[in-house]
Amino acid sequence: MRKLAILAWLGFRCAAQNQPAPDAGEKLFLAHCAVCHGPKGDGGKGTNLAQPRLPRAPDDEALARIISFGIPGTEMPLTRMTPQQLASVIAHVRSLGRMPGETLIGDAQRGAALYRDKANCAQCHAIHGRGGTLGPELTGIGARRSPSYLRDSLTDPDAAIPDSFSSYKKITLIPDNFLQVRVVTEDGRQLTGARVNEDTFSIQIRDAAGRIQSFFKEELREVHKDWGKSPMPSYRDVFSRTELEDVVAYLVSLRGDQ
Amino acid sequence: MRVRAIAALLSFPLVAQVTSERIRNSAREPGNWLTYSGNYRGYRYSPLDQINTQNVARLKPVWMYQINDLNQFETTPLVVDGVVYISEPPSNATALDARTGRPLWAYRRTMPPDVRVCCGQVNRGLAISGDTLFLGTIDAHLVALDARTGHVRWDIVVADYRTGYSITVAPLVVKERVIVGISGGEYGIRGFLDAYDAGTGTRNWRFWTVPGPGEPGHETWAGESWKTGSAPTWVTGSYDPELNLLYWGTGNPGPNYNGEPREGDNLYANSLLAINPDSGGLKWHFQFTPHDVHDWDANHVPVLVDAMVRGKLRKVVAVANRNSFYYLLDRATGEFLLGKSYAQQTWAKGLDDRGRPILLPGKSPSLAGTMVYPGLHGGTNWFSPSYSPQTDLFYVAAREEATSFYLGLPEYHAGSFFTAGGFRGITGLEPSGAVRALELESGQKIWEFPLHSPPWTGLLSTAGGLVFGGTNEGHFFALDAKSGRPLWRFPTGGPLQANPISFLCDGRQLVATTAGHALLVFGE
Repeated sequence: MRKLAILAWLGFRCAAQNQPAPDAGEKLFLAHCAVCHGPKGDGGKGTNLAQPRLPRAPDDEALARIISFGIPGTEMPLTRMTPQQLASVIAHVRSLGRMPGETLIGDAQRGAALYRDKANCAQCHAIHGRGGTLGPELTGIGARRSPSYLRDSLTDPDAAIPDSFSSYKKITLIPDNFLQVRVVTEDGRQLTGARVNEDTFSIQIRDAAGRIQSFFKEELREVHKDWGKSPMPSYRDVFSRTELEDVVAYLVSLRGDQ
Repeated sequence: MRVRAIAALLSFPLVAQVTSERIRNSAREPGNWLTYSGNYRGYRYSPLDQINTQNVARLKPVWMYQINDLNQFETTPLVVDGVVYISEPPSNATALDARTGRPLWAYRRTMPPDVRVCCGQVNRGLAISGDTLFLGTIDAHLVALDARTGHVRWDIVVADYRTGYSITVAPLVVKERVIVGISGGEYGIRGFLDAYDAGTGTRNWRFWTVPGPGEPGHETWAGESWKTGSAPTWVTGSYDPELNLLYWGTGNPGPNYNGEPREGDNLYANSLLAINPDSGGLKWHFQFTPHDVHDWDANHVPVLVDAMVRGKLRKVVAVANRNSFYYLLDRATGEFLLGKSYAQQTWAKGLDDRGRPILLPGKSPSLAGTMVYPGLHGGTNWFSPSYSPQTDLFYVAAREEATSFYLGLPEYHAGSFFTAGGFRGITGLEPSGAVRALELESGQKIWEFPLHSPPWTGLLSTAGGLVFGGTNEGHFFALDAKSGRPLWRFPTGGPLQANPISFLCDGRQLVATTAGHALLVFGE
């Protein structure tokens, strides 16, 4: 695998010296990347690429490797491209990072207080390993998601939840898609939570209290899966417009550094 | 007790002497597993019944053997008189004592750094003739090993790996010949099937799966497209000794997703070939997916059964194809008898009376992506189906997974990836799978056992009334062959992506499968 990565990279470097046409990269980006990363690359289901520094891809070699091999354990798939195509997509992605970003009007400090007190986000989300486990970790969320994505997620949590599946699912792994499931046991007990793992014979669920509940399917009368539903409530009517911007500013400030 | 004592003697590593005649009569020695599918007919059925529906719940691990390579471990072991012969990725071979799992010898091959593979440096198993084992390699050699010691008897170049050829298939021994196929369908190779003299490694014949100028079928390729037409032969075929015909499937045409440069049906891609093993001559062909643009290789184990079809006893070949249709053909003539979908498909209205698909519009790959069932990996894939003469059912590990197909540019550079497109999973659609039992004669589904995700492992049926299978999440399991009811399972902790077998050791029935990077052997 490593050898392949080096070969792909060598091919890419050769092609990069041939100055790819700028619009070829945009076309490829729109065909392959925009579905998740948005047409302007400012994120959607996928991470925000319209920033000068990409945390997982500090240099072009790293970006080439991510495009060529995907990111295991995430929704980012691999894309087979010729060295020339790879070079032109990378050039386009880097150009996105040079675009001026959205100016934030909120106050991150006030946002931090709202996160902690009024919204009690830490009940479900963790930063630097402190907080709840029901929702995604937010330590580096500001480096991955655009302000508009974060704003939408606060007001309409169902709008973009991870729900795509690797089409080459050979490995024993379920993405962190926080699928909400409700199960009914043979003796009539009901339990709701986020799916942590599942196989043909069993399912593991994290309940609201953060406990892992494990069931063999033969012990269950029903298994319901709430595709497209997020367990997170909408904060549309909880935050004022100013408070919402403050929380967004706080989340954008979370860039993974201690 | 006496039987046990004799069996114990037999389990002492003797010099294996496997003839084509022994393979032909494999049902007479159910304690061994002499060829990839267990018999020439492609059944992957064990006549052993010590482990059965009554006692399978007590099955437990007997020994494990772990490998030191992170590529998928796809081998089907051979078992000959107390010795288990396996291939290991990338292109190694090991002999193990069937009683203890202790290695008896190891052949280790150093791979060049620039080999080309689409999907891992894998190998699916060995073949044996006399006391010589045959191993195809990722650098496209065929190697003959002394079954007593693992020492090389001969090592020949089948093709130039630098242009994208590799070998992952388990060879098939027919009479004194080693039949071996080729991989490289993602690299624009020109596919072929070869036969070599088992004693010397001299090539007896080569059948090009993409016909050259002047050969029948050449007209089904536009311009020069035949030169990169692929049609690889990477799954072991079957053999009918009475008709003296070899049945072997072929893979996708190149480039995979963009059919524009290769206008025409693209023979003999996505086909089943009936070939005379002595001459390499083609008796007949049947193309499942003409002008394929979805990478639906027809690389499957063909299952040869004599069955009553519409009131007439016929020699048939049954194939559950990657394109989601189950086919029954007359194996003497290639005549299409029946086709029925066994997994979800959204690309064909059906099959016409000659078995040609009636295409639905708008299903070709596009720049924006075209969603199709089955997806790239098909309604099933390379892993084996199983046929049980006891139940007369055809068992298939089926995949329910759509993908979005994308169109790309068909730029060919020798030795580079040449697929001209790509694929994606579908948002919001969690793929799944099932073990399905089909009535052989009609393709009608008799039962199914649902699987959490689309499987990558094949099936074994046994005279104990069982079907063994596995999951990506690591379960090895046994189902009631008549009803599909789950009777036993074992969580191995690693994905299953091979094919199970069964054999005798010290008179005791064992069942073996790989899981993750280990070979696991179970007994009561």
